Amino acid sequence: MEPTTFSSLQDFMLHSKTITYVLMGGGLVGLACFWYFLCGRDKDIKRF
Amino acid sequence: MRGLIRKLKTLPIPTLREAVDFGRDTLLSIPRTPGNYLTAAILLLGGLVTILRFTIGIGGVTNLDDANPWGIWIAFDLLCGVALAAGGYTTSAACYLFGLKRYHGAVRPAILTAFLGYAFVVIALHFDVGQPWRLVYPIFLSQGTTSVLFEVGLCVFIYLCVLFTEWTPAAFEWLDGRFAWFDGFINWRKIRNFVVRLTIPLTILGVILSTMHQSSLGALFLTSPGKLHPLWYSSFLPVFFFVSSMFAGLSMVIFEGGLAHAGLHDKMDQAHLDSSHEVAFGFAKAASFIMAGYFCMRIFDLAMSNNWAYLATGYGILYLVELFGFVIFPCFLFAMGSREKKLWLVRFGAVMAILGIVLNRFIVCLIAFNWQLPSDERYFPSIMEVIVSVFIVTCIVTAYRLICHFLPILHEHPDYKDAH
Repeated sequence: MEPTTFSSLQDFMLHSKTITYVLMGGGLVGLACFWYFLCGRDKDIKRF
Repeated sequence: MRGLIRKLKTLPIPTLREAVDFGRDTLLSIPRTPGNYLTAAILLLGGLVTILRFTIGIGGVTNLDDANPWGIWIAFDLLCGVALAAGGYTTSAACYLFGLKRYHGAVRPAILTAFLGYAFVVIALHFDVGQPWRLVYPIFLSQGTTSVLFEVGLCVFIYLCVLFTEWTPAAFEWLDGRFAWFDGFINWRKIRNFVVRLTIPLTILGVILSTMHQSSLGALFLTSPGKLHPLWYSSFLPVFFFVSSMFAGLSMVIFEGGLAHAGLHDKMDQAHLDSSHEVAFGFAKAASFIMAGYFCMRIFDLAMSNNWAYLATGYGILYLVELFGFVIFPCFLFAMGSREKKLWLVRFGAVMAILGIVLNRFIVCLIAFNWQLPSDERYFPSIMEVIVSVFIVTCIVTAYRLICHFLPILHEHPDYKDAH
């Protein structure tokens, strides 16, 4: 895999942060779903 | 005072012969099992290497040199030891700070494991430093307040004292009424009750100290950005070390609970046996969620530093094996085990998570460190280094078994039932 070349720091930050923020959004949704999966069989789910 | 001296004078003092007989009888009473023979052999071998280490010096027993100033004694005995001893603060925080009293049965074994873990980390450090008698200098003589390592040393020193204090109620319960020598001038029950009243402040102090030194161990590697491989070097290393210590501690409590069931079943009371499965499933659930968060953070960090290209290299494969084989896989095992209430899945997950922590610390400290050096200049441990590390682990296990044999760790003391 060839490393991507960047002509300026702004290009690099724009590239890496864009990918990171998309991944973070996915991670947040994924973690919430994972929590529901973990607690799916719990008997005493407290609802406030 | 005069009464005390008079009392001491009347006490029967054992003769040398009686003391020798007592020692011999105690040794002969140890069951002759293959495990005990193996333990004796390791302790003997470790003792011999210890004598060698402190007579011919560190250079004679290790493969360390100027390019590789630390080896497995730091990677395994210190970094893994501290991470795996994190069960103490996680369990006591869950029980006393978050109010999850159903995990109370796991607190004493976890505190004991943490105390022995930290105590033997300090003992192992004596092997690794050139002048072990100067180990106390940073605390009492020459404080390097700008050093991260000073913070680690100070936190470990204070936390060891905290863990010892948290462990003492079990010792006081055992001492109460056991020796006629102390009758009349030491009230063990009063001292024990005083220490028990300190539980909440000690737990809070333990959590603060653990947060500080677990992360600082990761921060140590921030000083060497050029030496650590980019896939593992990150400005978030302190966060990674701290978060991974949380699930390492939880996994260790599950693992140690399984071992205690196998080897010390007769020392457990019914309350401990009843709560053990709930502890395993609850801790597995928590560890699973923390591991999922840890995995996400590692991926975010990879994206932030744009190190995707390194994944196609040999180190990249190691990174993927570590992340998928020893983080995501045990996370999945924990999740399935706690959801389906399958204990073997949870215990298997705990073993994999512990191996993952060991692998991570080895990679950061040794494998991915000095990664640009030619292979003939890289470090590989000598057999004597391995023997010392196995010796230290055997000492911890032996001390744990011995303490659980005598003290009320896995059961409630009959005189102190419901006195918590």
